Amino acid sequence: MNARVRRHARPLDLRRGLIDMNHGSGGRATTQLVEELFLKAFDNEWLRAMDDQARCELPPGRLVVATDAHVVSPLFFPGGDIGSLSVHGTINDVAMSGARPLYLTAGFIIEEGFALADLKRIVDSMGRAAREAQVAVVAGDTKVVERNKGDGVFITTTGVGVVDPALAIHAHKAQVGDRIVVSGSIGDHGVAIMSEREHLSFDTRILSDTAALHGLVAHMVRAVPDIHCLRDPTRGGLATALNEIADRSGVGMRIEESAIPVRPGVRAACEFLGLDPLYIANEGKLLAICPADKAAALLAAMRMHSLGAEAAIIGEVVSDPFHFVEMETAFGGTRMIDWLSGDPLPRIC
Amino acid sequence: MKFIDEFRDGRVAERVARAIQAEASSGRSYHIMEFCGGHTHAIARYGLPDLLPDAIRLVHGPGCPVCVLPVGRIDTAIALARDFGVILCTYADLMRVPGSNRQSLLAAKAQGADVVMVYSARDALAVAKAHPHREVVFFAIGFETTTPPTAAAILEAQREGLTNFSVACNHVLTPSAIQSLLDSPEVRAVGSVRIDGFIGPSHVSTIIGSRPYEFFAEEYEKPVVIAGFEPLDVLQAIWMLVRQINEGRCTVENQFARAVTREGNRKAQGLVQEVFELARIFEWRGLGDVPYSALRIQGRYGRFDAERRFGYACKRVPDHKGCECGAILRGVKQPQDCRLFGSACVPDNPMGSCMVSSEGACAAHYTYGRYRRGVAIAQRQAAGAS
Repeated sequence: MNARVRRHARPLDLRRGLIDMNHGSGGRATTQLVEELFLKAFDNEWLRAMDDQARCELPPGRLVVATDAHVVSPLFFPGGDIGSLSVHGTINDVAMSGARPLYLTAGFIIEEGFALADLKRIVDSMGRAAREAQVAVVAGDTKVVERNKGDGVFITTTGVGVVDPALAIHAHKAQVGDRIVVSGSIGDHGVAIMSEREHLSFDTRILSDTAALHGLVAHMVRAVPDIHCLRDPTRGGLATALNEIADRSGVGMRIEESAIPVRPGVRAACEFLGLDPLYIANEGKLLAICPADKAAALLAAMRMHSLGAEAAIIGEVVSDPFHFVEMETAFGGTRMIDWLSGDPLPRIC
Repeated sequence: MKFIDEFRDGRVAERVARAIQAEASSGRSYHIMEFCGGHTHAIARYGLPDLLPDAIRLVHGPGCPVCVLPVGRIDTAIALARDFGVILCTYADLMRVPGSNRQSLLAAKAQGADVVMVYSARDALAVAKAHPHREVVFFAIGFETTTPPTAAAILEAQREGLTNFSVACNHVLTPSAIQSLLDSPEVRAVGSVRIDGFIGPSHVSTIIGSRPYEFFAEEYEKPVVIAGFEPLDVLQAIWMLVRQINEGRCTVENQFARAVTREGNRKAQGLVQEVFELARIFEWRGLGDVPYSALRIQGRYGRFDAERRFGYACKRVPDHKGCECGAILRGVKQPQDCRLFGSACVPDNPMGSCMVSSEGACAAHYTYGRYRRGVAIAQRQAAGAS
């Protein structure tokens, strides 16, 4: 320990210091950053070994791997930050197979001049999120790019988990007659982010819903092992997730507008920005498709869990040669819910 | 949500739909033009045609701000951002509208041009204040709703002595467009477009009031009902129009009385008169050259006029050959009559402006699926996908 302290003339200035090119050189400055920042936040036996890789035990089952790059702007937003998001996002991708996530790796691309204080906030938040999810960050990498060649910090995480081979949850498994369930209100994350965007700041009490969903998923597969599909409707929102499943499964979907939970604040923000909550991103919600006769049991199980307390059945899978998603509007008409095209753009008048 | 849900109540909608059904059972048909893209959007989004009897035919009008901009104006916006080195601020929908050679502001941004999406003219002003050493141009588009904020921004720029802010003015006038439609050969002579009445604009009318439409009711004998953008507003307006037509009346009625008065917003009108004057001629997509149908910045505010400042002139560029946006904007054709619709022209790859804005008739038809009524279109799309 003492030998390590002597390697660095003075500790990192985590209050006023800035990232410079040396921090990405792979030399002493990089080691100092790893030891004084990342190791402290993620502390575990694999990182402490300071090897170039982690050797991990896996319980029996099938290996599940997912990777996700996080480039959110702003880096800090109501309800979370890029750190917690980069943990939750990847854990959720692993969990949507029904798997239990076990390990994460993290790659950081940091822009020269980025404040060490902000980096510490982000890394601490990642550490906290990982501990709460009982997932260890076992390996990582840091690169620094010149000023103006990055947007503060980009974080790529890869998650590894194990799934019971008896589970077969896939996007192509939806069957005609299945019920569609969402775990709670939609659009919270996207609206929280938009409320902080440059040129667009507005006051809202909506917080991002960023959360790790594997606890809820474990609860769900215990109650109903033959869930057909699971998706976390992130970018593109619920509408895009439904279209993806309809497309892969070769079915249509029919949902009911009045059954979809949307918070009043999200509805209001979408109303005045001219956006549709169905296309707004979520980071702590899931969409499940299960046989009709299991829907009540699944819903009851979800509502027992804190992240599924507002779960609702929103529609059913139907036969449709064009794989369209249609919605019965609260008004009594029917409209099609298309794929998102481009970025959601606000209307003019 | 208060003041919203009341206007989206499905049970009330059922009752109004029954009233329309009863009123429209005279055996004749009713061709009603909704002028505004906002109405087109509401009609498609809430599936209103499902609630209407077959006797009622809704015809889309040209009231979509980005749809009516001719290709030449889009090219001008792109040139300002790319060749004049300015920071170009504009409303979001405009970013994706295709100009010549498959260019758009979004593509120009990817190529390095400074294009900023703003929500209001004041946001553009804030960009100018934040970048005092750059020329900032607000590419202003829209009907009378968005004109007063542009005037206010110019006045504020003058008060604060800003020297790097200017406005490329493309503000257009609703009454001129309606008159141009009513005077068009398709409506007057050929009779290929039948318009029995208008659903009058919602937000535009909060500014100009209901009085400007009285001319159309009296001179052209077309009933007008000014309606809000909520689905119940639109349904009620349709019922009111059918009743007027049945009774042989031609008056301006105001369904949107909660926001529109006969005289409109005098203060906003004052701002517009202070800063703008009528432009002698303006080229519209679909309508062609329409005299006195747009605004330009008055000489005394000339230093805030990007056209004078950069000395550019808008070129005339024809629409894409297969694109029917022009005919669709005049109500001559429906989106599904265009052979590009749903195949070459889709929201991800728009060929014409009507497929870009959600207020555009093609985008509304495509996105909300009214086109499913035409099986041929769905098959064409399926063939394109496979």
